[in-house]
Amino acid sequence: MQTTDFKITANKAITKDVYELTLSGNLPDITPGQFVNIKIPGCYLRRPISISNWDNEAGTITLIYKVVGEGTEILSRKKPNHSLELLLPLGNGFDTKLTTENTLLCGGGVGVPPLIGLAKKMLVEGKSPEVVLGFNTKDEIFGVEKFQALGLEPRITTVDGSFGIKGFIIDALKTVNFDYVCSCGPVAMLKAIYSFVPQENAASRGGALEKNSEIGGQYSFEARMACGFGACMGCTCMTKEGYKRICKEGPVLLKEEILW
Amino acid sequence: MLNKELKNTSVNLSGVILDNPVIPASGTFGYGQEFARLYDLNILGSISFKGTTLEPRFGNPQPRIAECPGGLINSVGLQNPGLEKVISEELPALGRIYKKPLIANISGFSIDEYVKCAEAMDRQKQVGIIEVNVSCPNVHNGGMAYGVDPKSAAEVTNAVRKATKKPLYIKLSPNVTDITEIAKACESAGADGLSLINTMLGMRIDIKSRSPVIANKMGGLSGPAIFPIAVRMVYQVAKAVKLPIIGMGGISSAKDVIEMMMAGATATQVGAANLVNPMICRDIIEELPVLMDKLKINRLEEIIGIVQ
Repeated sequence: MQTTDFKITANKAITKDVYELTLSGNLPDITPGQFVNIKIPGCYLRRPISISNWDNEAGTITLIYKVVGEGTEILSRKKPNHSLELLLPLGNGFDTKLTTENTLLCGGGVGVPPLIGLAKKMLVEGKSPEVVLGFNTKDEIFGVEKFQALGLEPRITTVDGSFGIKGFIIDALKTVNFDYVCSCGPVAMLKAIYSFVPQENAASRGGALEKNSEIGGQYSFEARMACGFGACMGCTCMTKEGYKRICKEGPVLLKEEILW
Repeated sequence: MLNKELKNTSVNLSGVILDNPVIPASGTFGYGQEFARLYDLNILGSISFKGTTLEPRFGNPQPRIAECPGGLINSVGLQNPGLEKVISEELPALGRIYKKPLIANISGFSIDEYVKCAEAMDRQKQVGIIEVNVSCPNVHNGGMAYGVDPKSAAEVTNAVRKATKKPLYIKLSPNVTDITEIAKACESAGADGLSLINTMLGMRIDIKSRSPVIANKMGGLSGPAIFPIAVRMVYQVAKAVKLPIIGMGGISSAKDVIEMMMAGATATQVGAANLVNPMICRDIIEELPVLMDKLKINRLEEIIGIVQ
């Protein structure tokens, strides 16, 4: 963890309220799924935002965020060459050693960005994941071309059916073959995937509980945080292995430890 | 050129000599491990570690945090691993990275729980001062309940006094009509010093969902927003009792430390600021001699309560 000043190189809207922010500065080693905590002028608390992509050689980092309140609204108005102070890298990211050749990446809304960095790292390691991205409607879709640039073709779902498969992410999974899952998005989505995955893909069709142990996975959670580095206990959740801080032991938790 | 060696920043809390008056406040610093990766903790005056209760506590439901102008509301609810684990795991781990006397912050839901925590902390060589929290606004039937009434504050003080020979500081709540009454009651019951202020009870509402931001509805407000209130209360209490005071509430700079000491504090704690700038205590300690030089202060102790 370090505090570093970064310079904005780009900060542009990619949908009505989702922005892509590119910053340059001294990068530490980053694991996909980790996040930064940004100091925003005019706000007391920093704002935690997941790291989407980064380039150690160029010294650039990309964050994709949605304007949801005062802090992100201020951030969306920041122009290139402006400096921002970041605390990074924070949290435990995705462990690619646990992923398989047939891994499924599921992202919902602003849960999509960390999967871009994850897909990139998996490809470097010789694993080509299946990608399913879920949005509410056509106008909210983003990030597809980032996966395409990596040679992956994401399947898209929209709740209103205005693009791709109508419905939720799980509605797209019936035809996908996979034996491991990495997911990031709203808790309801994570829970739906967790409940759905083993039933549709397990070799045997025994009891649902039994099958929960058959397909492994990593799930990334959101929480309201203060410090972002484990000091305040503001984001603690209960797991099967006791209390865990979403900012420190998370945001990525292993399927085996999650209490839904 | 400023010669930092010529500036004396040490202060004396009931016989415990601190190199400087900068202490991270309980609940904002965990057990120091996260911060030890950023700087050597041994530069700190002391550390008031995360509040300990007899039994382990998960704390309050999520969300526990709300942003406010100039601060935040928290409703963590005294999450901690419990007395036994704090002593068997956290203190030895902290002892490996921090060699100075610690401040043990304890809480309870009955007088007996306060006493048991105090007895156990009394036996720890690492502990220099016991700080009794009678002011947590985030737990029911405990914490603040003891700190809003002079009689119960005195009862806790009196019981804990019998359980320890170490310097005993009572951490007071600002959520009272007259804080000097509580302070005087603690003084009469045998406290060696006072810590003030804890957080102020506050609330935020999400106007889109028409519901409280914090799951527990209300929580404790901290940060620069409460600094003027803290200065006022430290000033009032310093005039009302003879005890040394650890002043806290929104301190975020060396200037704030000096102001709090001029109001009557012998030492200070830095709380919320650690959460937004993990280097803040180090920055303040580096800045102090420079600021002392500008203000023509040679010994920090000479300014304690200098404001009439």
